[in-house]
Amino acid sequence: MWRDALLVAGKDLRIEMRSRVVLNQVAPFAIVVLALFAFALGPDRAPMVQGAAGLFWVAVLFAAVLATQRSFALEANDGTRDGLRLSGLDPAGIFLGKAAAVAVQLIVLEVLLTGGVVLLYGAHVRSYGSVVAACAAGTAGLAAVGTLYGALAAGVRVRETLLPFLLLPVVAPVLLAGTRAWQAALGTGPGGDTADPWLSLLLVFAAVYLALGVVIFGSLQESG
Amino acid sequence: MTRPVASSKRSTRLVRIIGVVAVVSLAATVWLGLWVTPPDKTQGQLVRLVYIHPPIAWVALYLAFGTAALGSVLWLWPRTRSRFWDRLAASAMEVGVVFTALTLVTGAIWGRPTWGVWWAWDARLTSTALLLVLQLGYLALRRVPGDADARARRCAVGAVIAGVDVPIVHFSVDWWKTLHQGATVLNPDLTPTIHGIMAWTLLLGFVALTLVFVWMLMVRYRIQVLSEVLEGAELEMALHERWAEGAPPDGHGATDAGPVAVVDEETPAQVGSRARGEQPAELVP
Repeated sequence: MWRDALLVAGKDLRIEMRSRVVLNQVAPFAIVVLALFAFALGPDRAPMVQGAAGLFWVAVLFAAVLATQRSFALEANDGTRDGLRLSGLDPAGIFLGKAAAVAVQLIVLEVLLTGGVVLLYGAHVRSYGSVVAACAAGTAGLAAVGTLYGALAAGVRVRETLLPFLLLPVVAPVLLAGTRAWQAALGTGPGGDTADPWLSLLLVFAAVYLALGVVIFGSLQESG
Repeated sequence: MTRPVASSKRSTRLVRIIGVVAVVSLAATVWLGLWVTPPDKTQGQLVRLVYIHPPIAWVALYLAFGTAALGSVLWLWPRTRSRFWDRLAASAMEVGVVFTALTLVTGAIWGRPTWGVWWAWDARLTSTALLLVLQLGYLALRRVPGDADARARRCAVGAVIAGVDVPIVHFSVDWWKTLHQGATVLNPDLTPTIHGIMAWTLLLGFVALTLVFVWMLMVRYRIQVLSEVLEGAELEMALHERWAEGAPPDGHGATDAGPVAVVDEETPAQVGSRARGEQPAELVP
């Protein structure tokens, strides 16, 4: 399973290295989203700093939708889906591999976005540990759910509109918990708030969906 | 053509009986709730919503979603996989959407006079609203065209992903709210200890709305079966018509085949000529 996961993740990341779609299109999009939030909130710094945590996670969620769509657009052409199915790779491995590739891309995006939030909004990070932990756990959960829904919507003609509608409500807990953990780390949340419960919530979310994906991905690959 | 299983006489009678009992018990709830029970000391007439709102919420949040999740899991489990579970899950989810929406509506109607607002970002309201969106997502998935097995698989997996999310959403929203402020706006004051006729009316409300749910579920299930039969019949008819066009010309030829359910840009005549292995040019009189 792990070897298969590495193979699939390697394949996806190699394609990304060569095509640079996420880096050249999704990353600038995420920065544009940050800029749009700034326009919406006005030129004052105060509301931006106050909302920085939530805006960061909303941008991450949008980027996650695009990264997932890209990840399964790769499979749509040239009969790659059938190829993967016939390859004899463990479905759980395929799931973990695709999720890992999406996660790596999201991490890169999050680093960029963190820079954007600090530079553009003037947010001040007090606890780097919480920020990194929240990103890692939140990304794992996002990638897991995204991969599941991406595979679910892969064979469908209306997937461009279907995927965001299905994905965003399900990852609402990531937005909630990630925002609160970040608020604690940036010191913009309500007084006395700590990141710990939110980090554990993010971890539980990631663990649940990774486990679910390992169990259920095989039935998505069966046919159709 | 096979007759749909669900239209057998016995099940028709059962659906009817449940429907009648549901209507009668609902009417009794309305009567007791609006005329017989006294107004509440603190809430006044508003308390009458208690006979409707919690039972609707019970059906929406537990009964309908539980049935849909159970059906989806049992469909996914290879040993219990059957069309029945798929249809049951889909029917329960669709009926559940109605009840979830009603939960939100009756809650808003109750909230406006008691808290002064239609909507508050309270933990329960927020998670119920998210549940509604998750259910709508399932219905959208259901509408995706495709063959029945692929649809059943997609929907079952979608329902399981969403179902697993429900407790997580519940807890996260709960924390989100309770960690945010010391006391929530909506303390569960709304279910005070109630006595006598009020308790019985509430109990009857639960029974009535559960029966309404069961009745709607059965009717929806039957519609599902019938529409599947109809789909199959339409396909067969279209196939037969096309085959008829392709049959050896009996004087009229393929040109006056009449209206046919043809989907592509091809005319029936072209299809017929292709089926006979002719060149289209030969068909021109």
